[in-house]
Amino acid sequence: MLLVRKFAKDVPAVFGFFVVVFAIFVALFAELLAPYPLDAYESHLLQRLQPPSWEFPFGTDNLGRDVFSRVILGTRSALIVACMVVALAMGIGVPLGLIAGYFGGWPSEAIMRVTDVFLAVPQLVLALALAQLLSPSLESAMLALTLTYWPFFTRIVYAETRRLKASLFVDALECIGARSARILVAHVLPNTASPIIVRATIGMGFTILTAAVLGFLGVGATPPEPDWGLSIAESRQYLPEAWWFSTFPGLAIFLAVLGFNLLGDGLRDIVDPRLRRSR
Amino acid sequence: MLRFLIRRVLLIVPVLFGLLVLTFVLIRVVPSDPSAALAGENATVEQIERTRQQYGFDKPLTTQFFIYLRQVAQADLGTSVYTNRPVTHDLFRRLPATIELTFSALLFATLLGIPLGVIAAVRHNSAVDHAMRVFTVAGLAIATFWFAIMLQLLFAMELDIMPLRGRLGLATDIPPHLTGLFLVDSLLAGRPDIFADALWHLVMPAVTLALGAMATITRFTRSGMLETLQADFVVYETAVGYPRWMLIAVYVLRNSVVAAVTQIGLLFGALIGGAVVVEAIFDWPGIGSYAVDAILNADYKAILAVTLLIGVVYAAVNIVVDVVHAWLDPRVGERL
Repeated sequence: MLLVRKFAKDVPAVFGFFVVVFAIFVALFAELLAPYPLDAYESHLLQRLQPPSWEFPFGTDNLGRDVFSRVILGTRSALIVACMVVALAMGIGVPLGLIAGYFGGWPSEAIMRVTDVFLAVPQLVLALALAQLLSPSLESAMLALTLTYWPFFTRIVYAETRRLKASLFVDALECIGARSARILVAHVLPNTASPIIVRATIGMGFTILTAAVLGFLGVGATPPEPDWGLSIAESRQYLPEAWWFSTFPGLAIFLAVLGFNLLGDGLRDIVDPRLRRSR
Repeated sequence: MLRFLIRRVLLIVPVLFGLLVLTFVLIRVVPSDPSAALAGENATVEQIERTRQQYGFDKPLTTQFFIYLRQVAQADLGTSVYTNRPVTHDLFRRLPATIELTFSALLFATLLGIPLGVIAAVRHNSAVDHAMRVFTVAGLAIATFWFAIMLQLLFAMELDIMPLRGRLGLATDIPPHLTGLFLVDSLLAGRPDIFADALWHLVMPAVTLALGAMATITRFTRSGMLETLQADFVVYETAVGYPRWMLIAVYVLRNSVVAAVTQIGLLFGALIGGAVVVEAIFDWPGIGSYAVDAILNADYKAILAVTLLIGVVYAAVNIVVDVVHAWLDPRVGERL
């Protein structure tokens, strides 16, 4: 309860929390909230490139589709991609970090050297190359992002596990003959949970950004999907006339990423007093 | 210091070797028919066959890996199916443009980010500090490609006061090639007009690219400063009447920027990733836009070469950052 009260005092973090809740709500009920839910795939060439009005709050795009509806519908795929990528990257990265941190020896060396290599190339560059090699689609983009994101989790969990391994309670568990698997899953893992949760929250925002870049560069979502990054790419040739077509999907990306980043910062302040932003 | 440098360089060897293995796996395992992929979409059967022999795809994996190593060592990464020139030639011709862009962005981010962080920390909890916090959080949440397009829309298209794309205006001569950095070449050639035009074209791409880095540097400088300002030596020197601005400028700053400097190494990765996007939007003829062209044209040799080159550059930059870090904080050098 103390933690909740502490969190409630952090205005930016609370703001981030509500943005994230709002984004999840929009993603869940996208079809009900969008005024023209069918505009994800249908085109109406007679009403193309209309400026914002009461009828179309964010204007219409090059195929006469309502930009407002498409921004709402795009929330779902953006959140699903981010959730999947972060969850899968955690699924790969966390166990490897636990193993590398706890057992040491050559498996540890091997795992950590592999993460070094992945971290030696900027994630976006590697993800772009991988997404193209896997033949561009939303699934390839997700796979590419996952395969390039897991080392971040391995690093964190490795450091935490190394620290915990030296602690008294792990020694005690080893003495009473607890199996390694049990120590790792039931005792070490819960103690590494807070940095993992913080990383995952910030990773959500980060992945929404990178996935948008992949969509923008044409190796992510394919037309006519209502993807934010893809929409901005499509809008470029209609500038400067159709400013609304590129502006609103970008604002949606900004708001979603902002929400996750603020929430992540707030969580970090709570769970890790050492890293607290002094204020 | 020298020993530290040597050990730091040696540490990079396994990473570079791993990078070679990774790119080898990328090109050998991921596509279903690597020879067809490498030869390009419109390749004839003979061309595919030639690629197969060149890379030895009919031989065992280990032999293939050694062939690949030899090709990399000889800087022979094949011919781009898109530009029809050797990939390494393309890359080295385009590298200066990217260096000019990323270093300008890094310089801009550092020169502005550190003072902003200092001001935020000194005026802790004031309106300036809060404004800075909003700025740093927003700067990291904004999509680079969208921000670039918004700048183009506002300053190049609507107001028409900035160039839309490219490194130079159409009417401007290209300066004689010495370093490939237009800012340097134009000055060496004694042509301030070209320098001004090149600088003018650099502003929007560099600002776009610098935004995220600047936010990070501001943030780390601020928190580093706040921590140092509470140190005992600051209390002491304040008590003996040392002028506050000198205390901050000389002692507190040096002790606080360490955290920001270590971030620059990480930031450089983000900058190179960002350069890919920014170059594509501003038609900046560097390796980033080359990478995007390669990806859109499924030009695998070029993709492979760009990935390798960026990995090597990134590793080199991180060595430089570590050396600077050790110079700022001598304890680091002893630890390694």
